[in-house]
Amino acid sequence: MGLLDARISNRNVLVTSVDNVMNWARLSSLWPMGFGLACCAIEMMATNASNYDLERFGIFPRSSPRQSDLMIVAGTVTMKMAERVVTLYEQMPEPRYVLSMGSCSNCGGPYWHHGYHVLKGVDRIIPVDVFVPGCPPRPEALIGGLMKIQELIRMEGLGISRQDALKKLAEKSVDPQQVIDQARRVVMA
Amino acid sequence: MEEAGNLVSPAVRESKAAWDIIRERFGDAVSEFDANPTMPFFEVLDVDKWIDIALFMRDNSRMKFNYMTCLSGVDYPDEGRLGIVCNLESIGHFTHRIAVKVKCQRDGGSIPSVSCVWHTANWHEREAYDMYGMVFEGHPDLRRILCPEDWTGFPLRKDYQVQETYHGIKVPY
Amino acid sequence: MQELGKAETNSTRIIRQDDKRVIIEKDLDTEYMVLSMGPQHPSTHGVLRLECITDGEVVVEAEPYLGYLHRCFEKHCENVDYPGIVPYTDRMDYLAGINSELAFCITVEKLLDIEIPRRVEFIRVITAELNRIASHLVAIGTYAIDLGAFTPFLFCFRDREHILSLLEWISGARMLYNYIWIGGLAYDVPADFKKRVAEFVTYFRPKAVELFKLLTENEIFVKRTYDIGIMPADVAINYGWSGPMLRGSGVRWDLRRNDPYSIYPELDFNVPVPDGKFSVVGDCLSRHLVRALEMEESLRIIEQSLDKMPDVAGFDSRALIPKKIRPKAGEVYGRAENPRGELGYYIVSDGKSTKPLRCKARSSCFVNLSAMKDLSKGQLIPDLVAIIGSIDIVLGEVDR
Repeated sequence: MGLLDARISNRNVLVTSVDNVMNWARLSSLWPMGFGLACCAIEMMATNASNYDLERFGIFPRSSPRQSDLMIVAGTVTMKMAERVVTLYEQMPEPRYVLSMGSCSNCGGPYWHHGYHVLKGVDRIIPVDVFVPGCPPRPEALIGGLMKIQELIRMEGLGISRQDALKKLAEKSVDPQQVIDQARRVVMA
Repeated sequence: MEEAGNLVSPAVRESKAAWDIIRERFGDAVSEFDANPTMPFFEVLDVDKWIDIALFMRDNSRMKFNYMTCLSGVDYPDEGRLGIVCNLESIGHFTHRIAVKVKCQRDGGSIPSVSCVWHTANWHEREAYDMYGMVFEGHPDLRRILCPEDWTGFPLRKDYQVQETYHGIKVPY
Repeated sequence: MQELGKAETNSTRIIRQDDKRVIIEKDLDTEYMVLSMGPQHPSTHGVLRLECITDGEVVVEAEPYLGYLHRCFEKHCENVDYPGIVPYTDRMDYLAGINSELAFCITVEKLLDIEIPRRVEFIRVITAELNRIASHLVAIGTYAIDLGAFTPFLFCFRDREHILSLLEWISGARMLYNYIWIGGLAYDVPADFKKRVAEFVTYFRPKAVELFKLLTENEIFVKRTYDIGIMPADVAINYGWSGPMLRGSGVRWDLRRNDPYSIYPELDFNVPVPDGKFSVVGDCLSRHLVRALEMEESLRIIEQSLDKMPDVAGFDSRALIPKKIRPKAGEVYGRAENPRGELGYYIVSDGKSTKPLRCKARSSCFVNLSAMKDLSKGQLIPDLVAIIGSIDIVLGEVDR
């Protein structure tokens, strides 16, 4: 909304670049293939439902990988499931993004030590753009993760590779140590 | 064995009464009754008679154990054996419950399958095979159920070592 | 690859012949088709793979393939000490975390010699029943969305958010609580607990009636679930079914009554068993009805517990928990009534270690799902979806 209001001049003409318009269109209608595997899937469903409505961001879950541009890996990926995850990732058309939701798909989660059948992090098999920590992450955390993906899309241009865009995003983000120090100062004060 | 009447709870006494009927019919094929308060059980010593005992327990009019609650595989590394523990009870007829243990050798051991007696046992036996490796003779479809078909090793054995890779993916952390 | 059957091969028959025309009937050359539903599919409630062998739209056989969410719960139990297992039990049936923890804690407490304070028992029952309502709401909501009705899903999740915020207020987490500990609770409830839970009960009662009118009495829903997937009572018992599945087949079996635990013997509630007036006994509609009616019974249990719960000043819910949980040597099989059926734990303890020797989780959904192969014979594919929805599986519990 802000983008449109700021740009429309008296004669109702919008001047912008192709990059911006395309990125704005893509980030405002991110269609995830909600790959709900375990407990995080229920929090993802709760985020889609009316209390934390995801549809106001244009995010509407699609069941087929062919029609989606974001894969939210929500839940534990097991060895048996790993090949299917790669198949589904390869079936998604470019440009595609992956958001790893929850501890289990970030790094194996609570099953990292003795889980012989658990894949210790979905980034071992597919490239992940955003990791959302939590077990399970709150709906607000998932929305935060999705907004990070939107920022990533905003930075993409026709000439930048995904790796560079991710680096730029990381630089732009707040340094976690700063956040921790600030919180400590508040608590001590 | 049975202690003074007021130390043993009614539930254990009912289980003992059921064991008495089985012992009367099968004699030494079943072990003595272990009257512990948390899970009274007996063991089937003659493994070949296990299906007959199971059918008797399910169909006999004084027992009617028509409900198999659970069948767990267990590893006894000290004895060098594997075993199963079945929890049985009766719905709609009596209120007694009992547990039955059946053991077999660790390497190449086999236990007759009771999936023809209680359908619950079908998938529980597949899971016990998947986790421990004991073969259930007469099972209609004995293959791995939780781990992938080409997984090596039996995970819940005490001496299990996790494999390093599976289809090119690193398994340990 | 397995050899699939071939239907009747080509044959041509002349039916009618007169001066003007000849009517010939020819059999089509058809084969059975293998349709793999899952593991990623919006209507299988998780990563379940159903391999359906279909003859057109009619399913000849649908065999479930599990293991896509096998997270090695039993291996963790052997390597983690007893209090540390509680978060893993949460994650098995993640929709009914409190009930799963409760079943584990009452099982281990059978091997310990401690007394549970009355206040703790009442809080356990209240939170367990709240979680039961939340779980049934998800079951009903996802069942509706499987069959094409989107609005009940939103209604159910809206009401569930109230329960989740209550449980978050008490335990700190929305879904996976780690609240019920062996020998007590993690925290005592806040001061306004009784007032806020009573407010929720008054809020939810009319909503449950509204949901009933919206979904259960809806003609389309009834048509899609009436007389589908019938399971006779004796077959259900032989398969080991429990919970709403068994009660839907007409067997009055509820562990809160037949094998009571905690303070359920003091509470007055009914066990709904369908009698065949609204639905056929044993079909999908009966199972759904049991869940819908159980929510009202849970509300009654919560109200009675709120009245009877003692108010103890300065209560410490961790006071009677032993420093090191080291149960005596022995074995126990303990169980509780989960929203999905009987969740049981078989624990073997050697008396010396703080970790179990063996802990097997007897999962209700695993047993309920094992009948899928026989229930699915001869059904249409949409009816198959209705049957899976009525079994109400949670794959975390099936695969553990």
